[in-house]
Order: sequence, then structure tokens, then C-alpha cells
Amino acid sequence: MNLEGKKVILHDMSLRDGMHPQRHQLTTDQMVQVATALDEAGVPLIEVTHGDGLGGASVNYGFPAATDEEYLRAVVPKMKNAKISALLLPGIGTVDHLRMAHDCGVHTIRVATHCTEADVSEQHIILGAKMEMDTVGFLMMAHMISPEELLEQAKLMQGYGANCLYITDSAGYMLPDHVTARVGLLREKLSADVEVGFHGHHNLHMGIANSLAAIEAGAGRIDGSVAGMGAGAGNTPLEVFVAVLHRMGVETGVDMWKLMDVAEDIVYPLMTHKVRADRDSLTLGYAGVYSSFLLHAKRAADKYGLKSTDILVELGRMKTVGGQEDMIEDVALDMKKAGAAE
Amino acid sequence: MTTKVKAAIIGSGNIGTDLLYKALRSEIVEPVWMVGIDPESEGLRRAEELGLKTTFEGVKGLEPHIQADRVQIAWDATSAYVHRSNNDLVSKFGVRMVDLTPAAIGPFCVPPVNLEEMVGRGEQNVNMVTCGGQATIPMVAAVSRVQPVDYGEIIATVSSRSAGPGTRKNIDEFTRTTAKGVEVVGGAKRGKAIIIINPAEPPLIMRDTIHCLTADAPKQQEIIESAQRMVAEVQKYVPGYTLKNGPVFDGNRVSFFMEVEGLGDFLPKYAGNLDIMTAAGLRTAELIAEEIRRAEAA
Repeated sequence: MNLEGKKVILHDMSLRDGMHPQRHQLTTDQMVQVATALDEAGVPLIEVTHGDGLGGASVNYGFPAATDEEYLRAVVPKMKNAKISALLLPGIGTVDHLRMAHDCGVHTIRVATHCTEADVSEQHIILGAKMEMDTVGFLMMAHMISPEELLEQAKLMQGYGANCLYITDSAGYMLPDHVTARVGLLREKLSADVEVGFHGHHNLHMGIANSLAAIEAGAGRIDGSVAGMGAGAGNTPLEVFVAVLHRMGVETGVDMWKLMDVAEDIVYPLMTHKVRADRDSLTLGYAGVYSSFLLHAKRAADKYGLKSTDILVELGRMKTVGGQEDMIEDVALDMKKAGAAE
Repeated sequence: MTTKVKAAIIGSGNIGTDLLYKALRSEIVEPVWMVGIDPESEGLRRAEELGLKTTFEGVKGLEPHIQADRVQIAWDATSAYVHRSNNDLVSKFGVRMVDLTPAAIGPFCVPPVNLEEMVGRGEQNVNMVTCGGQATIPMVAAVSRVQPVDYGEIIATVSSRSAGPGTRKNIDEFTRTTAKGVEVVGGAKRGKAIIIINPAEPPLIMRDTIHCLTADAPKQQEIIESAQRMVAEVQKYVPGYTLKNGPVFDGNRVSFFMEVEGLGDFLPKYAGNLDIMTAAGLRTAELIAEEIRRAEAA
């Protein structure tokens, strides 16, 4: 694979996707500390919010240590070069959250929908574009449909005004060929001035291989997470990815040495859950299940005396999508009932 | 024999058509007009076949006939954007409005919780909150009538096929209106609503999760009994409303896991979200009709 001379924008997820393994308990001080260090290391774009995006604070997903607004108001003013992004899932957050984020100085809004439901993002993408934000459409669980179907959905978001479209492997299920087909088709068929991005999960340890495939197929933005801190087995570990990219002659603008220090000295020590491809994360990737379900399934398994891998496989069989965390306890109760009946 | 109270259905889409099928069975309300905006509308054609008068010129097309045809009740099954002007046009003639859009210009009405109170007040316009609200607010109320609820949260999951273009275009309206209904009608101090659209095939039946955080330790037995009574109340007009799991008690959290299967009148059974809306809309109109009759008899 020859990527020599290509340029890519790296986007760090540790302070948003990384909120999942931290049970949304990162403090504003920790957010500022990590974001400042990432900025210092030259990471150009950093996502900050509740793990489930703006407005994610809930019984269903978990109440965070601070509000989205508190996190954003703490982090944004401290950035020298890096820009801050926020995630928004229509159905969870609203345009009110988007306006608040904009008011806090958020540069990039990423409007995320399940890969088949792009039309719920219309009002949010239109507003983001109208406020002249870097407005990204984020198609989650993109392994579940064909490249052609994804393109149709991506075109809807492009039509609303998104200037960048993401293929999001929320389950960490994809293999490089899946990524190549999806990113490649979007790159070919979307407007030339619309960027294409890829967001991976490391559940099958394919984060780096998939991200390389994405760049080769024309992606200009890649998500990763310093120390891999993200849902499931985490996101593409950013410092490792930077090392690989630099070996291949890809320009990132990131200082690899500084970034590995951020991972080693700041992020690993603050992790409360060891992010790795444990059997549950591996199950997510193998069965194609939304990565954020991980800790919720572990908790339900403990509470009801079940195997978390069984719960996750059942959720995959039911074709649950992102945001359906409430199904986890429901499924566990069903399984417990079925077990008692036997 | 007394005559039925005449009604108009504004909106010839899925909701309007399902409502029509249900309303044709009513013993007290008689749908006589179906209002659409598209001459090619399937819904208008179907309504005509079922003996209704139809217009494709919107409420303006209905206006000249309101008095002649003695229309006293209207359902609005269009969208929040046009509801206000629809309501302005019909209210001039004293028509009572049951609003199935999330416009919420009138007070919220969730039949098993506050229908009698709403109708008793003679409100010209009542709003049916949202489908998710109809499916979940009764359970919040079932807890709050036992003890104070600090926070009520609902998660409504609907199949992709049952989420219409109106809902999709303005999904924020759903979350905002439902959250407000959880507070105002459900009785929670603070409300939150989440909606998830799932494209699985075959389509999943509407699912709803309700979490309440009670101010003090939940009175478990009373909540269980209150919830059972409430489910039975809803089942009177939506037989497929079932408590699948729960209540789960976990500290001050009380959680219910519901499933809502529709009657399958016009919409398929999995679209319980739409069915509960039309069933609640009809039930509300029937109570209004009874009130109109009483007033006329007096």
C-alpha cells in the first residue's frame, strides 16, 4: 500500500468516545488536561461531550460528572491550535444543544444517525451549516448496509449541507475490504468538495488496518483515540496510528513523541476500565453490536447472573442499533425468565 | 336514536387513515369529512370509498361545509407547522380540535391520566402530545400518583417503517414535546425523552422504556399495583399495550419495559406507536362528543 505524500486530518475521540469506558465520569479538569496535551502534540481536532453526544446525560446512558456545557466552556478557551468538535444524535440531543455548543465555540458539529436513518438529521445539519460550522454527517453501524445504500444516505446528508461524511464502524465489525468499498464509493460519488471520513473501533484489532484502507480509498479524516480510549475495545489507538502513518510517509501534523507521552503519562493512568479486546469487546466486533453497549451489558450480566457475551449476542441477533441501551436490561430480564422456566 | 356527532379528519396520510378506520366503528362520533392537500392522495380515495366527503384543498376546502354538515369535532393529523392555521380556521365555527401533531398549542391530553379533566374544562383544542408520550406518560403518572417523582425519562423505539416524514423532519419536536408531557401530565419534576428509530426487518413492535427516579425510596407494592391498574386502563383502547418487564427497582430508580402492539386497522400491528396515537385521539373525541350531546340535551 502506497500512501506516500497523502495528508490526513486526525480527530481524537478520547474525550467523547472515551467517556464510555469512563462511565462518563471524566472531570472537567481531566478533560482540560488531556485536551491541552493533545493540542500541544498537534492533534488538530478533538471531540468533547458525553459519550452519547450532546444531551446524552440520562438514566439510559449514564449521568456524566459535568454537563456538556461545563466541559465545553472549560476546554474550548484553552486550545491554542486544536479545534473542538461535538457529537449530536438526533433523537437524543436537539438543535438547542447545537446552539449551545456553537455558543461555547465548538468548531465542528458531527450529526450522527443510524446508517439507514439519515433523514432525521435534516434540521441539525441545516442549522450547523447555516451557523457556518464544520458540519459532518456521521453514519453509524455502517457495516449493516451495502455501500450503495450508504451512498444514498450520505447524499441526503450532503444535500442538507454536510461538508464531510463519515463511515462509522460503531461495532468494530468491518474488515478492510468493507471499508474500502464504502469509503471508495462515497469518495467517487459525493461532491469533490465534500470530505469523507472513517471512524473505527478496535474490537477485532482492525482499527489501524481499516483506517489505512480508508485513506487509500480516499478518506481525508480519520478518527482515533489517544491510548485507544473509546467504547468496546476502544477506537483506533491514535499514537500507534500516527507512528504507522509517519512510517508510510503520510502527513498528519502530529508530534508522535509527544502523543505517545499523552497516552502513557496522562490517559492510561486515568483509565478506570481497562480498554482492551476482552471477550465482551471481541463479541461486539464478531457479532456486529454497538460498542457502547459493553459496560451496560457487563452490569446487567452481573446483576442478573448471566453471561455478558450471551446478552451481547442476543442484542446482535435482534439487530439493535446505537442508542438502544435500554434493551440491555430488558433482554437480560427476558433471558433470566427463560432460564428460570427451563 | 340520537345521531352521532359529526367529525372531520384533517390529514389523509397514514395516521388520518388509521384514525378513519377506528372512527368508523365509533358509536358516538361519525367521521364525515376527510381533508387532504393532494388530489392524488390514496387516503382521500380510500375515504371516499368509505362514504366520506373529501377535499384536496386543505382546511380551506372544508370551511364552507363545516356548518352545513354540522361538523363539531376535528382531528388534525397533519404536521406541527400547519396546525395553528388549521385550528384558526375551524375554531371560528366552534369546532373542537383534537390535535395529533406535536404543535401543542392546546393543553396535553393523555386519556388514562387527564382526559376527563381536559374535556370537563371545555378546552377548544387539546393536544395528544406524541406517540411516545401516549405510550409512556401513563406509566410515569402511575408512579407519581403514588409518590413524588424527581425525574422521568422515556425511551421510545419505533420501527423505521412506522416513523413518517413528519416525525423525521422535526425529530426535536418529538423529544421536546414528549419531555414536557412527562412533566406536565406525567407529574415528574424533570422530564427527558429519547427516540430511537430501528430499521430491522421484520419491523420491531414499538418498545418503550420508562425510568422514574423517585424522591424517596420507592413504595414498591403500591407502585406495582398502580402500574397494573394503569396498564389495564390503557388496554381499554390499546389492547396490545403490555408491561413486558418490570417494574425494576434499583435504589430510587423504577423502570418499566413496555411493548405496544397495534390493532392493525390500517397500519400494521408493529406500528403500535401510531396506533396508540389514533386510539387515544378517538377516545378523546368520543368523550368530547358525549359532552357536546349533554350540552345539547340540556
